[in-house]
Amino acid sequence: MLEIGLGHYLTVAAILFTLGIFGIFLNRKNVIVILMSIELMLLAVNINLIAFSAHLNDLVGQVFAMFVLTVAAAEAAVGLAILVVYFRNRGTIAVEDIDVLKG
Amino acid sequence: MEAAAVFLPLLGAITAGLFGRFIGDRGAQIVTCACLTLAAVFSIFVFADVVVQANIHDVGIFTWFESGSLKVDWALHFDSLTAVMLCVVTIVSAAIHVYSIGYMEHDESVPRFFSYLSLFTFFMLMLVTAGNLVQLFFGWEGVGLCSYLLIGFWYDRPSANAAAIKAFIVNRIGDVGFTLGILGIFALFDSVSFDTIFGNVAGVEGHTVRLLGYDVDALTVVCLLLFTGAMGKSAQIGLHTWLPDAMEGPTPVSALIHAATMVTAGVFMVARMSPLFEHAPFALEVVAVIGATTAFFGATVGTTQNDIKRVIAYSTVSQLGYMFFAIGVSAYSAAIFHVMTHAFFKALLFLGAGSVIHAMSGEQDMRRMGGIWRMIPLTWAIMWIGSLALAGIPFFAGYYSKDIILESAWGAHSAVGWYAYTMGIAAAFLTAFYSWRLIYMTFHGAPKADEKVMAHVHESPKVMIIPLIVLAVGSIFAGILGYASFVGVGMKAFWNGALAGEQAALEAAHHAPFVIKALPTVVALAGIALATAAYVFMPGLPKWFAERSRWLYRFLLNKWYFDELYDRMFVRPALVLARGFWKAGDGALIDGVGPDGIASATRLLARRAGALQSGYVYHYAFAMLIGVAAFVTWYLYSMAR
Repeated sequence: MLEIGLGHYLTVAAILFTLGIFGIFLNRKNVIVILMSIELMLLAVNINLIAFSAHLNDLVGQVFAMFVLTVAAAEAAVGLAILVVYFRNRGTIAVEDIDVLKG
Repeated sequence: MEAAAVFLPLLGAITAGLFGRFIGDRGAQIVTCACLTLAAVFSIFVFADVVVQANIHDVGIFTWFESGSLKVDWALHFDSLTAVMLCVVTIVSAAIHVYSIGYMEHDESVPRFFSYLSLFTFFMLMLVTAGNLVQLFFGWEGVGLCSYLLIGFWYDRPSANAAAIKAFIVNRIGDVGFTLGILGIFALFDSVSFDTIFGNVAGVEGHTVRLLGYDVDALTVVCLLLFTGAMGKSAQIGLHTWLPDAMEGPTPVSALIHAATMVTAGVFMVARMSPLFEHAPFALEVVAVIGATTAFFGATVGTTQNDIKRVIAYSTVSQLGYMFFAIGVSAYSAAIFHVMTHAFFKALLFLGAGSVIHAMSGEQDMRRMGGIWRMIPLTWAIMWIGSLALAGIPFFAGYYSKDIILESAWGAHSAVGWYAYTMGIAAAFLTAFYSWRLIYMTFHGAPKADEKVMAHVHESPKVMIIPLIVLAVGSIFAGILGYASFVGVGMKAFWNGALAGEQAALEAAHHAPFVIKALPTVVALAGIALATAAYVFMPGLPKWFAERSRWLYRFLLNKWYFDELYDRMFVRPALVLARGFWKAGDGALIDGVGPDGIASATRLLARRAGALQSGYVYHYAFAMLIGVAAFVTWYLYSMAR
């Protein structure tokens, strides 16, 4: 019977993180998708923290995961609020059109 | 009192120039004219003191600068030469100031004009009262500056600006020589003060200086350099081109600066340096030859010009030539005598011409005048007096001074003297011819102006006529009154050592045979007769002659092609060179590499850097990620090692 160990958890986290990264970079449509991808990356980090916490018998990791969740929630709220305002001003949230910084 | 005579014009110039806005046109006229009249009165007192009482003295003001052995003082030096020039300058200038009240009445900037005029007079007085070469140079450059300002007085006319610049530049060429001459004198004598220089002339005679591999006499070199300066200022052949163009200025300016005073500064300077020139016989010969050639040249060109002021301008060039060849045969007092009489009758002629131009509503071309003598009889009479004096008809001022110059040239008994005499006689003939050509074309014959102008012809106001009468009196009597003391029996006592040399030629002149003495008058009468024949009795003659000898006529009409020659030789090459420097040196090299180059390089770099900024969030995020990955990788590798 295959025992699920630290390595598996880390692999899942890495896959999730990579998915998040690709979600950001390959996404050409929607800013909301970017926000979701960031969320995904944070969760991947959380899995890492929890896995190491269990592995090392150290609660600090789980406490830290709680902080990350809180911050992620706040970030999602603020990010969505910004998006709503942005849509009101510009009439679009397509990634292609957001290039005010273009030189 | 001596200082007042010199500095009153400066006071007038400053008042009119700086406060003209507050005192108005009338105020500026009154202040400057009063200052000049006072100065003229004072200079007569100075003349009485210096010449009659034989009181040669210096009025020190303060030391200008002192550097090593070079010490330059501000000091007014009064001897007979200064006193004569002082009187001539202030009297003529005062008359011209008063005349200008009428002539410049309708001008827009009257205070500026009077300020310049007075400032010019001040610089001229500074020049003639200088006790050393540096102060003389100060006055010399000052009159040059005022001449520039006054020629370009109507600065909205491009031709006036061009003439002003031309006068300034041509004078600069002469001034290079003058400056080098002053430096040479300092090198030889270790001083620039006249007393020291003249006291030590004998000591440096025979000194040589190595020039281009030849040993040449130092005094001759110095004298020739000084004469170069005089040639520029006094419009001698070669450097004369600026003077006729200077007629672009208002007519009173032509009268004061370009006829009576400033152009004689060169003659004055050479006369002042006469102790030096006496020891440089070769330089004197050069002066005589150039002077005689100029006298002839000016007279020939004067016969063909059609602008009334230009005729008189070339006549001035010619008369200045007379003065120089008088100096060239060591007859300095004859030269200064002619300076004095010439100042009166030439100022008179110019102001008379101004009166004609005033009457003809600004017309200067003699071909569009004629038939006006009944309408402006006073001006007509004045032009007659001026021309009689200029032509050297007996008992008018010019007769005495011109004859003594010609007799001195004969009296020199040298080849150069004979050349000068011949040229002078030829010029005297032509002078009489063009003077009467001017009178006949301007005043007599059928009217050639249109009816509107003719209906407007009027005599000038009193304020213009009175100065003319003063100058006319001078033109009639200056010669007969001055003859004995300037060049006659009272000569030694009169000059009192101000002019050097024995003036042997002048002595011989008094013993000239009758033929030599009578010839100038005879040729002058012949010139008048020819002009009368050609312009009164046979009006077709000048035209016939001009067509028969076309090349001669064109040669004279184009002033011996001096302007064209200089244009080809100097002006155009300079222009090409300047364009080259401008385009290649300044434009391509300095601007191209410097400001413009740096600016365009910055712009190019900025465009490249700007292209990196796509504005898409994911590009920045990607860059961050790659950066983090790279740093972490590098960190881990370095830890592992």
